[in-house]
Amino acid sequence: MQSLQKITSKFIPLRIENVDTDQIIPARFLKATTKDGFGKNLFRDWRYENDDETKPKADFVLNQKQYSGEILVAAKNFGCGSSREHAAWSIQDYGFKVVVSSFFADIFKNNALNNGVLPVTVSDAFLQQIFAQGADDTLSVDLEAQTITIDATGAQEKFDINSYKKTCMLNGYDDIDYLLNMKPEIEAYEKTI
Amino acid sequence: MGKTLFEKIWDKHVVKQIEDGPSVVYIDKHFIHEVTSPQAFSGIEKRGAQIFRPQQIVATADHNVPTMHQELPIKDALSKFQVDTLIENCKKHGVELYGLGHKYQGIVHVIGPELGITQPGMTIVCGDSHTSTHGAFGSIAFGIGTSEVEMVFASQCIMQSKPKVMRINIDGELKNGVVSKDIILYIIAQISASGATGYFVEYAGSAIRALSMEARMTICNMSIEMGARGGMIAPDQTTFDYIKGRLFAPQGADWDKKLAAWKELYTDADAKFDVEINIKAEDIDPMITYGTNPGMGLSVRGTLPTVESFADATEKQNYEKALAYMGLTAGQSLLGMPVQNVFIGSCTNSRIEDFRLVASIIKGKQKDPNIKTLIVPGSQEVAKQIKAEGLDKIFADAGVEIRQAGCSACLGMNEDKIPAGEYCISTSNRNFEGRQGAGARTLLASPLTAAAALLTGKITDIRDILN
Repeated sequence: MQSLQKITSKFIPLRIENVDTDQIIPARFLKATTKDGFGKNLFRDWRYENDDETKPKADFVLNQKQYSGEILVAAKNFGCGSSREHAAWSIQDYGFKVVVSSFFADIFKNNALNNGVLPVTVSDAFLQQIFAQGADDTLSVDLEAQTITIDATGAQEKFDINSYKKTCMLNGYDDIDYLLNMKPEIEAYEKTI
Repeated sequence: MGKTLFEKIWDKHVVKQIEDGPSVVYIDKHFIHEVTSPQAFSGIEKRGAQIFRPQQIVATADHNVPTMHQELPIKDALSKFQVDTLIENCKKHGVELYGLGHKYQGIVHVIGPELGITQPGMTIVCGDSHTSTHGAFGSIAFGIGTSEVEMVFASQCIMQSKPKVMRINIDGELKNGVVSKDIILYIIAQISASGATGYFVEYAGSAIRALSMEARMTICNMSIEMGARGGMIAPDQTTFDYIKGRLFAPQGADWDKKLAAWKELYTDADAKFDVEINIKAEDIDPMITYGTNPGMGLSVRGTLPTVESFADATEKQNYEKALAYMGLTAGQSLLGMPVQNVFIGSCTNSRIEDFRLVASIIKGKQKDPNIKTLIVPGSQEVAKQIKAEGLDKIFADAGVEIRQAGCSACLGMNEDKIPAGEYCISTSNRNFEGRQGAGARTLLASPLTAAAALLTGKITDIRDILN
């Protein structure tokens, strides 16, 4: 897993609530047997007219040239619905390292963390402050300090992450390495059931 | 202080509590399917690791399979490759597979309970958010991502933070024409599509106790649609009667021992929930959704909210976006609106009882000539039962074809899709944009409401037919 410590980047504002994983990556793209190449189909049906890559929808934020960056900022309840990890793979493959929202769906949050994409939960008020920034303004996320800063105004908020997941993310460790090392304990547990 | 049902099962399965981190939770049963498992198999192979407990895994092919001519090779090359990859992976790693053509094949959340694999007190996971279905048996069951599938492959354990607990009590008697799908659509409409995020939900109360296992599964199935980690119902005589005698149910002395343990699975009288919600069964009407998330639902006789009723500018904007997608107008009524498609199926409503309900309504009648149907049993066993009970004849006489088992138009991964711009009354679980096909407009409802539309070609209050 890729590690993440600090990032300063422009951001892409997605002012839509309840973004479900079917929108992030529609089911017809789930036929793959590898994790590669999902980024080009991220938000496929919001991005293109009639599934046609030559017809980008001008009103969709990923198609608006003024917006770029490695941080996606979305309205509340981001990543609800299907458990498909393909959603996290799409976001990562597109080039996002951080997703900011005022509320994340549980399964998506875990999937993101397991793929080195940091979900940052901020207050509603702070989210509105971010949305009020211009396309050239940047956000800074410092995982060690657990802070997110709007660089233009200096406004800052702390975000939560448990220390185990934080260590994994800072160092690029994944849970499976940890669990593989726990086998003797797991075998001992099995004898008790 | 006493424990909740959730805590009793959770505490028993915690192998280790990581300080200021998640719990390492032991998993009793792991279901897998073709869509969310291939990257986990290749992940474990890349690490040079083995599957730790292959005998605790059951596989089936459901999401990506055709529902006609399953005896023929799958036409779509990518789908075929994915299904073939599952066959190969299961063979290589010694995992039991009920694949296409197997008599136990079907939607993963239909076959687990029907084969008696799902049992009270278990921890159950699957790379599918509707794994919450199995909670109807008093188990902790939840959906996971593919990295987590790989974790369970590697260690039979998963890392999870302990969720908070919520109890939803539904007391009283349901009105005529109201079934369990209406209960869960009502709950989600009340608390919203994110109202239970971070919680594990226990459904309780006299209206729940009165439900069959099939009906309980419908409720637990849709827990994820309000954001819940999972949903569960304490096991009782209805549960035990359902399990007894099934293929993988405990037998003989083992049954007696298990049964005694299962009878201890209930929330203690003095246990505390983080949130408790009370609902009167009498308040629930036949429900239907009008928007693009399952929380956007109302009584079939209701009217859509006005734009002004949303306080927040983003909410207003989102509501208008949903209305535009659905081709509906704020304030309108849905009753009598023509629909073009009816889908009866999915892990929410594709069990034998659902087909009995539909058959009871359409018996001796003809489907509306303008309605196109996708009628899909949840498993080969359900399909067999439909024939055994003669329900297939009732459907055929009504001019309706029954297809073969699979997830089908619930998520439109195979060729069973709803055309852009058309309405579909669907017994499935999600009305997201494009869920049933690009541009498809999904209206979630119960099998009874779907059956009513099948006959009338319009959104109909089932009570107008029953009375």
